[in-house]
Amino acid sequence: MTPAVGSGWRTLLYKELLRFWKVAFQTILAPVLTSLLYLLIFSHVLENNVSVFDGKVRYTAFLVPGLVMMSVLQNAFANSSSSLIQSKITGNLIFVLLPPLSPANLFAAYVVGAMVRGLVVGLGVFIVTLFFVPSLLSMPHPFWALAFALLGSAILATLGLIAGIWAEKFDQLSAFQNFIIMPFTFLSGVFYSIHTLPPFWQQLSRFNPFFYMIDGFRYGFFGLSDVPPFTSLVIVAACCLLLSLLTLSLLRRGWKLRR
Amino acid sequence: MPAAVEVVNVTRRFGAVQALAGIDLEVQQGEFFGLLGPNGAGKTTLISVLAGLIRADTGSARILGHDVIADYRAARRALGVVPQELVFDPFFTVRETLEIQSGYFGIRDNAAWIDELLHHLDLGSKANANMRSLSGGMKRRVLVGQALVHKPPVIVLDEPTAGVDVELRQSLWAFIRKLNRDGHTIILTTHYLEEAEALCGRIAMLKAGKVVALDTTHNLLSRFAGLTVRLVADRIPALWQPRVLRQEGGASFIGLDRHAELEGLLAALRTERIAIGELALQETDLEYVFLKIMGAPEAATAPMVMRR
Repeated sequence: MTPAVGSGWRTLLYKELLRFWKVAFQTILAPVLTSLLYLLIFSHVLENNVSVFDGKVRYTAFLVPGLVMMSVLQNAFANSSSSLIQSKITGNLIFVLLPPLSPANLFAAYVVGAMVRGLVVGLGVFIVTLFFVPSLLSMPHPFWALAFALLGSAILATLGLIAGIWAEKFDQLSAFQNFIIMPFTFLSGVFYSIHTLPPFWQQLSRFNPFFYMIDGFRYGFFGLSDVPPFTSLVIVAACCLLLSLLTLSLLRRGWKLRR
Repeated sequence: MPAAVEVVNVTRRFGAVQALAGIDLEVQQGEFFGLLGPNGAGKTTLISVLAGLIRADTGSARILGHDVIADYRAARRALGVVPQELVFDPFFTVRETLEIQSGYFGIRDNAAWIDELLHHLDLGSKANANMRSLSGGMKRRVLVGQALVHKPPVIVLDEPTAGVDVELRQSLWAFIRKLNRDGHTIILTTHYLEEAEALCGRIAMLKAGKVVALDTTHNLLSRFAGLTVRLVADRIPALWQPRVLRQEGGASFIGLDRHAELEGLLAALRTERIAIGELALQETDLEYVFLKIMGAPEAATAPMVMRR
């Protein structure tokens, strides 16, 4: 019997999923717990002190979509970047480079694998936080939220792919994470509405693509946002497209992978 | 019928090092071909060019007529590479590793062939063991399995027996020979010249990124119809010291071009009053040829091993 021949990218995706699933305790449960701690502490301290959207939304409720999105973004980034750096350092990346996988195949498998991890963790955080804010289940615009979750996870998965290919050591990767990803996420309005910021910082926030991801995602939950959701969608989609094209061209040139 | 491997004027430079300095090579389908040379000669770089892991600065390479860049899908489908480094993915079991590798080539439902591979590589009992738990020799055999999982017509083995114990080495070679009989082209690099001599029909020797010899193993051996003297003595006559190929277990191996030269060696031993402990004559082996071609000064430091 001749074995069925198909595209190898599905197997690479399967491998990427299996990789984090086998250590789900660390890749899914741990980030869910972290987000839960954020929620408990910040809501306890700030619930009665911070007013968001002119008091139309409780702070704890406001915080949840931010935390969900932050988990989606951070875990999407962590998955593609750590998978690649581990493969590079242990040398087993060669197993992926020897088969006839095209640049688009590699891109699709790593990015979709990382998106799934981000979305699964995000869903986990959302489910856990529902115990604290059950009203969030009745979202006015769930498809807007989904669109931003998909685009946001794709962007961070792609960034993770770039960082994983670029980094040669774990500390270079953590520098990328600590000096780029973390500040952009924390300063994007996860914990606050940018309308509470001084004008200068409000303006600066508008140059942060992460702000649009989180603001647009939050619109899905409350029908309220700092900027019109359509504007956010266009900006986020454009970022996603540009980064994808950049990454595909890096893969085509074999940047850092094929010398 | 296209050549199994065709390399045309391939060069590659890494900074100041000219790793490949214009390689031309053709390996026909069905050959058992040896690629020999000291460390740094460019063997692994050349293999990496064939596999698409390293890009050549100039020149081109084809596998069964498929260019490794322009037609990389067909080229990589036709090629199986056993890498030199002992790499593995610690997340998976042996069977998962082989199934995943098979899937990368787009081949699913490959269980029958994977079972056969596990059997031939003597990994049947370890099929469900995690890669981390395997010994070095077993990991090496999994690497061989991964290279063969898509039944490539051309198989490249880069130092496949390093770290594999003698018994397993024999069964590995029996398997590779069977693949060769079944029509697979085999390209082998090894540090064990004895293996190359026994297995390879044709051999290319690389030195500093160039092919310095390319012929059938038979012709290479007869080109240097010389002898090796195995001599155990207190010391070696001063004039003969440059002729010492290697020293091993208290014996010195001295290369002779003709039987007549033996006269001179014996005379020197007599003149310098050196007592002979043991003396034996051996026919030319590949190591002698290798050292001749590579040139004594460099070859003396080359870590090529001959196991007797």
